[in-house]
Amino acid sequence: MAYHRIAALVIRHLYLYRRSLPRVMEIIYWPFLDLVVWGFITVYLATFQGQMPAVVTFLLGALILWDVLFRSQQGITISFLEEIWARNLMNLFASPLTPSEFLAATMVMSLFKVTAVSVVMSLCAWLFYGYNVFIIGLWLMPFMANLVLTGWIIGVFTTSLIMRFGQEAEVLAWSMVFLFQPISCVFYPMDVLPAWLRGVAAINPAAHVFEGMRGLLATHAAPLTNLGLASGLNLLYLGAVVLWFHHTFNVCKERGSLVRVGE
Amino acid sequence: MSSPVVEVRNLSKRFGGFTAVDGISFEIGRGEILGLLGPNGAGKTTTFQMMLGLVTPTSGSIRMFGLDLQSNRETILQQVNFSSTYISLPFSLTVEENLRVVARLYGMSNIAARVDDMVKKLEMGDWRHKLTRKLSSGQMTRLTLAKALLTEPKVLFLDEPTASLDPDIAHKIRAILLDERQATGLSILYTSHNMREMEEMSDRIIFLQRGKIVAEGTAKDIVARFGQADLEDVFLKIARE
Ligand SMILES: Nc1ncnc2c1ncn2[C@@H]1O[C@H](COP(=O)(O)OP(=O)(O)OP(=O)(O)O)[C@@H](O)[C@H]1O
Ligand SMILES: [Mg+2]
Repeated sequence: MAYHRIAALVIRHLYLYRRSLPRVMEIIYWPFLDLVVWGFITVYLATFQGQMPAVVTFLLGALILWDVLFRSQQGITISFLEEIWARNLMNLFASPLTPSEFLAATMVMSLFKVTAVSVVMSLCAWLFYGYNVFIIGLWLMPFMANLVLTGWIIGVFTTSLIMRFGQEAEVLAWSMVFLFQPISCVFYPMDVLPAWLRGVAAINPAAHVFEGMRGLLATHAAPLTNLGLASGLNLLYLGAVVLWFHHTFNVCKERGSLVRVGE
Repeated sequence: MSSPVVEVRNLSKRFGGFTAVDGISFEIGRGEILGLLGPNGAGKTTTFQMMLGLVTPTSGSIRMFGLDLQSNRETILQQVNFSSTYISLPFSLTVEENLRVVARLYGMSNIAARVDDMVKKLEMGDWRHKLTRKLSSGQMTRLTLAKALLTEPKVLFLDEPTASLDPDIAHKIRAILLDERQATGLSILYTSHNMREMEEMSDRIIFLQRGKIVAEGTAKDIVARFGQADLEDVFLKIARE
């Protein structure tokens, strides 16, 4: 891994954000809108406070955390799409840049996006709804780290699919993550799922994060089991999906399709 | 003679059942300009892409600087660059930003000075702060050439580098390439469908057809061997066989 090559890619993306309104909106305005809509819903639901305790805490917290996962995934996939749209893959991969360095750069971009989005959303939640994300406490940090990892897994997975299947697969950059939403149990406990789906959710690291967060808010007990499961599954999947990315990369070089992705 | 900078042995590429490059071998010496000539679909671009590590050969070997490309990709590609009329740099960055990113990617030092130098050399001063999206196709070609020379390569691959340039700029570009070769011992492999350019630029020419080398030598040799008036006639004769 050469640090200067990763830095070169990151700087290339920062140049892009510096003068592109749609790209800035993606990390500021859309998350903000998301929050406003859900904020009003929770304000409304809070009027039933008696029947549904802590609903505000649950929903806004869950929403912010779900956005962490979503933006983390986008950070990876959109960074790859930017290179396709710019027809830049050939310039990059005919340079000494390795596929691992390329992935590392997308992960750095992903961290940028997640940080920006979390700051914007937490600040708005606090300003408009007097909601303090840190109510979850310091446990928020390992939870968020795990969601970032899950985002990377889905991001690298989607990127490999786009690399392999080209333009038709581009839409997955925005839709893939929602395939995982129902089994991530963002807004409801795992128990509400039918038994067979609960089995699927149990091997989804994100589900353990959200389950853990709810448990923490309800009982204040340390969510160690959930965190352990989420981390273990995340590391396992991340390793697998990175290997698969490299494999796909080689298949594309074999078929001569690497330099034609997106054409 | 010193050992060749580039050595290609029995290089082949099959896409499914179709053979695009069929067992070609050639060498390029230090400071040599080798022209790769051939009709559309002959396998020129595929050969380039294999030499840049973008396409995996089906068989054969590619060595540069005495190293095997498969196992020394990073070391080799650090000293190689390419340009083509058919590539571009990211549209949403300015000309200068694009050059800076490339310089960083190759770990250059003195980036600002190198970029200034290139901008001057390729006469890009008037549009160095323009968005790349707004360049004419000839300007884009000059930019991709600047990015290739910027990294001080020892081997340069040029796939139809002058196809969209006006005669004046094309002439200047050829002069720059010849200068660079003189000054640094740069080796160049390049393609063009402009026969006059081929004759003027190439020390040696390889004629490729349906993935195979069908003629090899200086332009003069080849013209004489085929008993034609000039390279263009040789091309027509071979292409119509
Ligand atoms: N990825 C690929 N999959 C299948 N066939 C391919 C692929 N890339 C190239 N080919 C085929 O290989 C042959 C050689 O193509 P190539 O682009 O190397 O030709 P060329 O000599 O550069 O032609 P031109 O002068 O038109 O640029 C063509 O028949 C082309 O269709
Ligand atoms: Mg070609």
